[in-house]
Amino acid sequence: MPHDHHDHDHDHSHSLLPSDPELRVRALESILVNKGLVDPETLNTLIDTYENKIGPKNGARVVAKSWVDADFRNRLLENATKAIAELDYSGRQGEHMVAVENTPEQHNMVVCTLCSCYPWPILGIPPAWYKSDAYRSRAVREPRKVLADFGVTLLPDQNVRVWDSTAEVRYLVIPMRPEGTKGMTEEQLAEIVSRDSMIGTGLVTI
Amino acid sequence: MNRVHDMGGRIGDGSVPEVDAQDMFHRDWEKRAMAMTLATGALGKWNIDASRHARELLEPEDYRKFSYYEKWVSALTDILVQTGLLDEVDLKNVIASDTQPVPLNEKALRPQNVLAAMGAHVPYTREVGPTALFAIGDYVRTASQNTNRFVKGGHSRLPEYAMDCVGRIVDLHGTHVLPDSNAHFKGENPEPLYGVEFTAETLWGVTAEGVGDTIVLDLWQSYLEAEGE
Repeated sequence: MPHDHHDHDHDHSHSLLPSDPELRVRALESILVNKGLVDPETLNTLIDTYENKIGPKNGARVVAKSWVDADFRNRLLENATKAIAELDYSGRQGEHMVAVENTPEQHNMVVCTLCSCYPWPILGIPPAWYKSDAYRSRAVREPRKVLADFGVTLLPDQNVRVWDSTAEVRYLVIPMRPEGTKGMTEEQLAEIVSRDSMIGTGLVTI
Repeated sequence: MNRVHDMGGRIGDGSVPEVDAQDMFHRDWEKRAMAMTLATGALGKWNIDASRHARELLEPEDYRKFSYYEKWVSALTDILVQTGLLDEVDLKNVIASDTQPVPLNEKALRPQNVLAAMGAHVPYTREVGPTALFAIGDYVRTASQNTNRFVKGGHSRLPEYAMDCVGRIVDLHGTHVLPDSNAHFKGENPEPLYGVEFTAETLWGVTAEGVGDTIVLDLWQSYLEAEGE
């Protein structure tokens, strides 16, 4: 297999593997397993964890609780990492959480322009659009047009604040509780909180 | 100085794709690429900044062309070799491999430890570091270049679109590990980290969409200097 000699400061060893991504992944996995560096059963467990156990249902519970429990809401806005840990959510890519609350004057929206930083313990693995070039490039410059791509219309007096996740701080948007939900329980409210509303590219509706 | 990954504010991208998709993955191999990255991270040979930087070091042509998890598996291969867990012979032998399996490394992540490992609280804040120079409400100016002071052309978390701009401190996050050195295995060098708010007009001039709109970035103290009003 040919290997180009690059004239810059880093080699790209990956060019030694098959270029088709599926074959590349399969090749690397078999090498890692042969070398005793990875247990294939661990990969299955990791996939199951992020497909079925850790996802936006966690964040929805946090939001719903903040809507019905004013003390929890205050703790969440004061120290989100600690408040979220009360519901037993913590860990990788959620080490330093900040909750930002939407109001009739302020809409919040989260992006990572440099890569794909995202609050995994409460929202899981980011959706493809969050990692797309179009979202990363446009969210900071034209957030209102990006919101239009998602079908979101803001209130006339709402300013937009975009949070670019450039460090290890991860942001959770607390969407506004919709009208007509007064009689709903915390569990019922959690059902209507969408993933996108917690990133700021959606609103909660009933 | 910028690299291909630093795309905030770039003009020319179209509509955001797949806004209605609920699935996190398109294909099964994407899941394996994600899981391999997490599993090998547990071997402790690199940190999050180094693994991020490995993706940024993909050649610009590849970075643009590769799908998301194609970037992950390719950068993972590179960092596995960079840190000595694999060598190029391992990679070349892959197709006609008749090597005997090696027993599982004692540091390898086991299935029963996955939940605990992913849920472990391992903060990036440190007790030591320089005194915070700025307080909430202070005006600061970002560095005119996102130059890495440890490695020529190295990793930085100051996006090009926010260079040489005046913003206001809105949050104090404590003292955080500095990616500029950590990504290159040159120590953590923790520094105060601030939430810095910029008006849309500051960043985008007359093309700003909304008069009251703002953008907040988390920036380390060495990216900032004091600014009068």
